Amino acid sequence: MNGADQLEFFIDHSRCIGCRACMQACEECDTHRGVSMIHLETISRADSVQTAPQVCMHCEDPICAQVCPADAIKKTADGIVQSSLKPRCIGCSNCVLACPFGVPKYKAEINQMMKCDMCYDRTSIGKRPMCATVCPSGALAFTTRENIERTRQGMAIRDWQFGGETVRTKINVLVPRHVQKIDVAFEQGGATGTDEYDVATLLLGD
Amino acid sequence: MTDETNDKDGKKDDALRGKKNARWREDFPVEWERDNYVTRREMVKFLALGSFTIAGANAVVAAIPHVVKASESPRTKVALASSIPVGGSKLFAYPTEEDPCILIRQPNGDLVAYSQVCTHLSCAVVHSEKENALFCPCHHGYFTAGEGRPYAGPPSRPLPRIKLEQQGNEIFAIGVEV
Repeated sequence: MNGADQLEFFIDHSRCIGCRACMQACEECDTHRGVSMIHLETISRADSVQTAPQVCMHCEDPICAQVCPADAIKKTADGIVQSSLKPRCIGCSNCVLACPFGVPKYKAEINQMMKCDMCYDRTSIGKRPMCATVCPSGALAFTTRENIERTRQGMAIRDWQFGGETVRTKINVLVPRHVQKIDVAFEQGGATGTDEYDVATLLLGD
Repeated sequence: MTDETNDKDGKKDDALRGKKNARWREDFPVEWERDNYVTRREMVKFLALGSFTIAGANAVVAAIPHVVKASESPRTKVALASSIPVGGSKLFAYPTEEDPCILIRQPNGDLVAYSQVCTHLSCAVVHSEKENALFCPCHHGYFTAGEGRPYAGPPSRPLPRIKLEQQGNEIFAIGVEV
């Protein structure tokens, strides 16, 4: 087995078959039993069956932590942005609004934000996250970069552009080889994106 | 892009950078290690305040007996000295009717009294004349008749001793010695 620091998380959205096995596996975890931290987004649902799993991307400069007024979201040395600290979280939902990936979810029952921490109890000791262990199509993979480059057609990148904000994440996504950076143009004021495959537009087609 | 817009962008970037490096962010770091970092000054403060608190609590505990007067033990007539032969015993209750005690006369003629409640599981102890001991039948515990000290069986603490006072032929219980 490779050391924990060599293993990386890769998402290959094109491989997702929408089976929701990742959500079921996530719910099995004892730290948040019954609540899935991974979300399955549908893409342009009227026209397509395409789905996309969404785990926390673990940004290098996590905006959720930056906007937290209660100092409840922390990033560990290995780059994992942890879920909110229970004694600190005040349930204000700032992080929910700030996250460009829509990952943090506010749980009203416990008045606390909960989000994916990439199964920190498992990944910190070199085990794969629950979702990656069950994904039947390899859309979620926790492996070495070398292994991904050898077995996949696309290229793993982790740079995003949200309007004027550049975001670098710990989690990689697989994209066609010519793409260097994923540019997400926000749709504002009713204006539609010009790019047919613009991520924000596709999500709105839900 | 004109120079003007470049300037504007530059200023915007500077402002953004300034916000990201704001001084208050030092107190609320995003990194786990820096958040959990304890400075020497904080550590010393904690130790000093902790020591003062413990010392203060000790002082309060030590002062309590001086401030709060212990309730006076009642003086209760237990028996007539002549009614208890050597090796004999008598049951009584002290300091309240709910606290059974036992008075025994030892072979040397001395009178001693103990709480009758075994210190193991609160069974009633009985006097065993043959062994000159207090015997607990529940788990075969033995206490010395002279001091109430456990010497066999499960009990590990001595029986509370009842202080006695003799006036003429009358014996009085005047206090409990734990």
